[in-house]
Amino acid sequence: MSLAFREALRAFRRAPVLSALSVTTIAFSLFAFGLFGLVALNLRTALQQVEDRVEIRAFIAQGTAPEATSAAVGDAASFPEIASVKLVTEEQALERARNELGEFEGVFESGILPASIELRLKPGLRDPATVATVARRLEAYDFVDDVRYGEEWVERLYRVRNVATAAGVALGITFAMVALIIIGSTIRMAVLARSREIQIMRLVGATDSFIRAPFLVEGFLKGLLGGLMALALTWVTFRVVGQYVVQASWFAPSLAAAGVAAGALIGLLGSAFSVGRHLKHV
Amino acid sequence: MIRFSHVTKSYARGGPALEDVSFHLNRGEFAFLTGPSGAGKSTILKLVYISERPTSGEVRVDGKSSVTLTPQEIPKLRRRLGVVFQDFRLLEDRTAEQNIAFALEVTGAVASSIGPKVARVLTQVGLAAKATALPHELSGGEQQRVAIARALVNDPLVLLADEPTGNLDERSTRGIFQLLRDINASGTAVMMATHDLALVRSTDFRTLEMNRGALVFDSAADREEQA
Repeated sequence: MSLAFREALRAFRRAPVLSALSVTTIAFSLFAFGLFGLVALNLRTALQQVEDRVEIRAFIAQGTAPEATSAAVGDAASFPEIASVKLVTEEQALERARNELGEFEGVFESGILPASIELRLKPGLRDPATVATVARRLEAYDFVDDVRYGEEWVERLYRVRNVATAAGVALGITFAMVALIIIGSTIRMAVLARSREIQIMRLVGATDSFIRAPFLVEGFLKGLLGGLMALALTWVTFRVVGQYVVQASWFAPSLAAAGVAAGALIGLLGSAFSVGRHLKHV
Repeated sequence: MIRFSHVTKSYARGGPALEDVSFHLNRGEFAFLTGPSGAGKSTILKLVYISERPTSGEVRVDGKSSVTLTPQEIPKLRRRLGVVFQDFRLLEDRTAEQNIAFALEVTGAVASSIGPKVARVLTQVGLAAKATALPHELSGGEQQRVAIARALVNDPLVLLADEPTGNLDERSTRGIFQLLRDINASGTAVMMATHDLALVRSTDFRTLEMNRGALVFDSAADREEQA
């Protein structure tokens, strides 16, 4: 293994410009990926915050017996999708309205606002279909006047998230492919540049896996360096944007490490495909 | 040790390179492969180190058959063969000793055994004083000595030399040939392709003469017949 590592470093030393160029190209494609990842991450956080506020309110008809309402609250609490159920009485609704709209305090009179059951769904179950199902279940009670959950709003939110996820996946795959192709072609050049060495290795009885090893190490190192450089570039951009445009959140350390590891993996895979194909022709 | 049995080698383009060639080379034997360019000398050597496989017939090298040998077994077999070429095939960015050590390193030799082995073969080929010279700092004859040292470092059963003196002046040619004879005298078989007839006639080593892909003369068979 140490020989493979030494040979890989020799390849770097022998063609420093080409090596730097390939690392930089990989870095830029991963940088674009990193930037998009950062945007997606922040979009996701923002959407999460909005999503946390998704709430279903079932308004209770006036004159409903408190026992019936309590029974409905108990029923709702047993729904598997429900995180919390709260009963807001007419008095509490009035109190809340007065607090929130202090200057119109005098406008509100007792009995003007209906009592309601407020439900919050469990995380991961706030999608439009689940929200609508729960809403329909509440509408079935004859003392429930109306159920509000901002149907359009919930649906739009989800559409934005789905589009963002799809775009992220598509761009991620595209950039990964670009990086794979770049690594593949740099390894192809390296294989051709070292064809003489490879012929000699074969002649003296080196196994194919032994011949392949330095190229795999080279691809891995280039991917790793490209990944680290991309991370540094993304971080610098993040800081600049944070200072002049908008405060955003940064990747969790494990995610940043996974990004760099992905660079190394792309390097390894790209060189594995390329070296396998081109060694046949040497 | 090397046995060709009715070996034919054809290429999709260019027709047959070898046709029905049979011969046997014993352990420790020295044999010349002669004939004009394109006669099939290099093809025979390629078939021995399994760079090519016969179209029909069988090549056996150290008990391994070209018919049944798997690609995974080839490297192991090649470690028992030494090969040198007219153009030396040295790595230009490595010193003489690094070029030789390379052959050991890539076959996974123990690191501590490499230095002494390299020193031994460099002495054997008379280049101990130029261990740290780069190929371009050496004469053609010296470069071929490094290539021979590289071929010898794994203690091969046979040394295959494809026109080893083709690029050398007369004096260097004599030096290299003497080296090959010394190597043979120490027990290693040598198969040397050459079209230097003066060299061939200067000894009574076995001669296999090729012409248009066919083995047209084998001095060993000739001798047997005369006896």
